[in-house]
Parts: sequence; structure tokens; C-alpha cells
Amino acid sequence: MSATSVLLRPLHPLHPLHAIVLAFPLPLFLGALFSDIAYWMTFQIQWANFSSWLIAGGLLFGAFAVLWALVDLVRSRPGGRGRAAVYFGTLLAMWALGFINALVHAKDAFAIMPEALYLSAIVALLALVAAWVGYSGIRSGRIS
Amino acid sequence: MRAAILLGIAAVALAACDSEPGSSPLGESPRLPDPRRGLLPEMTIPRPAGWGSERPTVPEGYRIEAIATDLRIPRQTLVLPNGDILVAEGSGGNAPALRPKDIIAGYIKSMGKSSVPGGNRLTLLRDADGDGTYEVRRVFADNLNAPYGLALVNGSLYVANQDALVRFDYREGQTEASGPPALVTNLPSQINHHWTKALAASPDGRHLYVGIGSNSNITERGMEAEVNRAMVWEIDARTGAHRPYATGLRNPTALTIQPGTDKLWAVVNERDEIGPDLVPDYLTSVQEGGFYGWPYSYWGQNVDDRVRPQDPEKVAAAIRPDYALGSHVAALGVAFSSEAMGARFADGVFVGEHGSWNRAEPVGYKVVFVPFRDGRPTGEPVDVVTGFLNGEGNARGRPVGVTLDPRGALIIADDLSNTVWRLTPAR
Repeated sequence: MSATSVLLRPLHPLHPLHAIVLAFPLPLFLGALFSDIAYWMTFQIQWANFSSWLIAGGLLFGAFAVLWALVDLVRSRPGGRGRAAVYFGTLLAMWALGFINALVHAKDAFAIMPEALYLSAIVALLALVAAWVGYSGIRSGRIS
Repeated sequence: MRAAILLGIAAVALAACDSEPGSSPLGESPRLPDPRRGLLPEMTIPRPAGWGSERPTVPEGYRIEAIATDLRIPRQTLVLPNGDILVAEGSGGNAPALRPKDIIAGYIKSMGKSSVPGGNRLTLLRDADGDGTYEVRRVFADNLNAPYGLALVNGSLYVANQDALVRFDYREGQTEASGPPALVTNLPSQINHHWTKALAASPDGRHLYVGIGSNSNITERGMEAEVNRAMVWEIDARTGAHRPYATGLRNPTALTIQPGTDKLWAVVNERDEIGPDLVPDYLTSVQEGGFYGWPYSYWGQNVDDRVRPQDPEKVAAAIRPDYALGSHVAALGVAFSSEAMGARFADGVFVGEHGSWNRAEPVGYKVVFVPFRDGRPTGEPVDVVTGFLNGEGNARGRPVGVTLDPRGALIIADDLSNTVWRLTPAR
């Protein structure tokens, strides 16, 4: 039996405010994807309207997350720079494609299709990856 | 100061190709390009500049005078039998913003409009001594609701408010209505994305025709919002009973009866955001029971892919309009001419073009004459009153309603400079 003691401590805790703003993009962009699918299937325009607002919300809160990730990247130590860069890059790609998606959703009626569907799927996926990478920093690590 | 804003730059850069200015399809058989749109719609909003000491440009042998200024959004006019002119003043619509786009686009478009609140009234102008100066100005009727279409028949003055058709009794010489109007019938007014209610009366006075615009550009407020929209109603003047007379007319902004044939004609504003040269606004005779395409198709059988569900049967039934006025010109006024306007403009119609927003290079912003032969429009439209855009691309004014004064004048409402203009052949 090993005598090594095990200590757990957070590697890189997110600031609570950072965690809160990062909590928005995934559900909002995922909601936009679902309501796009609903519009695609039913032609009921209200789903497309929902998507527009969900994307606007994702962009609003996502913008703060992008800024925070940028600050973290600039302040990161050499050991954590790679992860910080991946986190920032993913969020930035999510925001940029999300903005294009907002412009696509500003077209009238079914003119948003099929681009809206594809973009919403990609943006939701990027939001998932960004949240995964961002929140991974909280996970406890094993040190001896 | 660079007052004309060009939001189209990004859109043009993103779009595959640019448009040739002035290539908008015209006439009886326009050649239409394929629909296209970049990430942003092309937008150029000429900013209000005012006339100052300038006035509109007119052809050699004609003169133009402002006969009333400082009005409150004059839209349509009516020349009464004694020569008095009634001006409908108002601004309607109560469409809520449903998307972020509606808020942004609404703000941008408002920069090209007058900031004066609509008058909700009829103003009477009188030139008692016939010298061309309208020295009497009275409020004929007040407390109306965005009045637009006007018609006088059999001693009844009909006014199409944005929510109801109403009737005043009219005696010649009156400068003020004798009381509040009577209701003929309510008109569709939910949302009122296109709020203007155009009006024409059949010559026998039995029927009234009211143009009711669509509740969206292209069904983006849902199909349910389009019930009883994008059509012309025929209304029984006595009972108020009504039925759709013709449908599929996206925004019939002015109606008139052709002298001699007693046929109903309309100018109609077509859909936006599928390119600078689509879809042509048009002038057409209105066939009873006819379907003119909106929303499913345009200019006959050109399917609009933005509409779901589609309707191939309606597309097949769609009537091709008579005459393309050009895309995005925003025709808001139409009047048949007569020999009183001089030989050049004796046979045809005048059309007031309010001017474009959905085009990098603005079009419209003028009054044109469409020549007729054998009762049909033919040939290219001729510029009659221009100069509404100044050299910097800003708007001195924007023409709306045009009305023929049978004594030999064209009355033009300008809802940006809040002026009524009078064009006459010089004698």
C-alpha cells in the first residue's frame, strides 16, 4: 500500500462572474438550434423569431465571456497558455459565427434556410466545446 | 457633412456581384434577373435636406409652385368640383418589432422620413380668384386616424382611414365638414405593417374600392397575419358590405378609375430583399377576381422561395401585371392625365414615386408619366418632376399622391418637406 498522501486542489478556478457569463451561450445557442429545427419542420414563423432573440442573447453574454477569456489568455502563465488559447479561440469562433448567424436570421421568412440550421448547429457545438474547456479548469487535480 | 448613409457597402462586398445602376427592369415585358441577397440587404437612405430656395425640376414649358407648406405628412389629395383641394395628412401603422432586425431596420428607415407627427386631418386649400395662389387654408376635418384614400361621389366624401372607411356629406363650397363622419365599414387594421388604405369610387357611386397592403415584406409575420391583406376590397357604398375584388396585390398604394373605360387601375409596391432590380413595382388594371401572385410568386409565375408552405396552384393562377415601373421606386400615387396637361402628357398616367431604401443606388424620388396608347401603357416612363434628390444624394422631398386638376394642373403631395406642389403647363 502506498504511503503517498493525496491532496486535491482546483487547478484554475473560474471567477464566479466568468462562470455565470459562460453559462449563457450553450443553452441559448442550443435553444436557437432547436427552434430553427422547429421552424424547418413546421414553417411557423414564431420559431424563427425565437431563434433570432436566442442568438442575440448568446451574443450579448458570449461577448463578456470572450473578453474574459482574452484577459485570461494575456495573463496566463506559460504552462497554462495552450489551454487558455484554445478556450479563447473557441469562444471567439463561436461569437463570430454566431454574429453571421444573427445576420442570416435577419432575412425574411424561409430565406434563412438552410444556412440558419447549419450555422446554429456549428455555433451550438462551439459553445459546448468552449464551456467544456472553460469549466475543465475547475476540476480538481491530483498532486502528490 | 456626409448625410447619405451607405450601409450597402458590406452587403455589396459580400454579394457575388454588383448591380449596374439604372438597370432596373421597366415596361410591359421586363427582363427580370435572378433573386439574390448578401448577408445584409443593400440600404441607402437619403437624409432629409429640405428645399431651401430650390424647387423641383420640371420639363420645358411647365412650371411648379408650392401651394401649401408646413403640412403634417400630406399623402393624398382630392380636387373637388369647385377647384378646392383636400389634403389627407397622417402617418399610421402600429406593427410591433418581432425581431432584433425590426428594431434596427425601423430606426434606419426612420432617418429618411419627416420627424413631424402626422396630422390625422384633412386640410382644404382654396384659390378663390384662380390666380394659382391658394390663399384660403382650413382644417376641413380633424381627429381622423391616418387618413389616406379620398373619393367624392354623389355628394358623399369618402375617407379611408387606416382602420375604417368613413363618409362625410359634402356640399359644394364647404370649407369645413358639417360634423363627424359616418362609418361605412371597418377595414383590416391589425398590425398594419402597410397601413395606407388607397381608395377609388366607381363612377356610379355604388361601389368603393379600397387597397389593403400586406402585413409583412414576404410573410415574415406569419401567414395568419395576412388574412384579408394584400388585396383590393369592393365595398357597397350604401350597406358597407364588402368582398375581395382582387387578391395577391402586395401593397396597392393608389387606385384610380380609367376615364372612358371605367376600369380600375392600381399602382402596387412589390417585395424587397431579393436584389436591387427585383421585384418591379407595377401599374396594372385590376381584374375582378384576379390573383396577382403575392406572396407565392411575382411578375406572373416567378416563385418566391422564401414563402412556406408554397402553393403551386396559386402560382399557376397568378396574373402578370400590365407595366413594370422599376424595382424599389415605391409608387404611391397614380392619376390619369388629360389634354389639359398639354399634348406631351395628354394620354397616360402620372405616377408619384416615393423612392427606394433597399438599393445601393437610390431610384424613384420623382414623378413620372407612363404613356398610354389604345388604353394600355406602352413605352418607357418619362420623367416629369425631378430634383427630389440633391447633388449630395440627400432628399429635398419625397412625392406621394398625384391628382389631376381637370382645369390643367397636377397636384403632388410631398410628405418629407410637408409641401403640396402644383405643376401646370405654362400659358
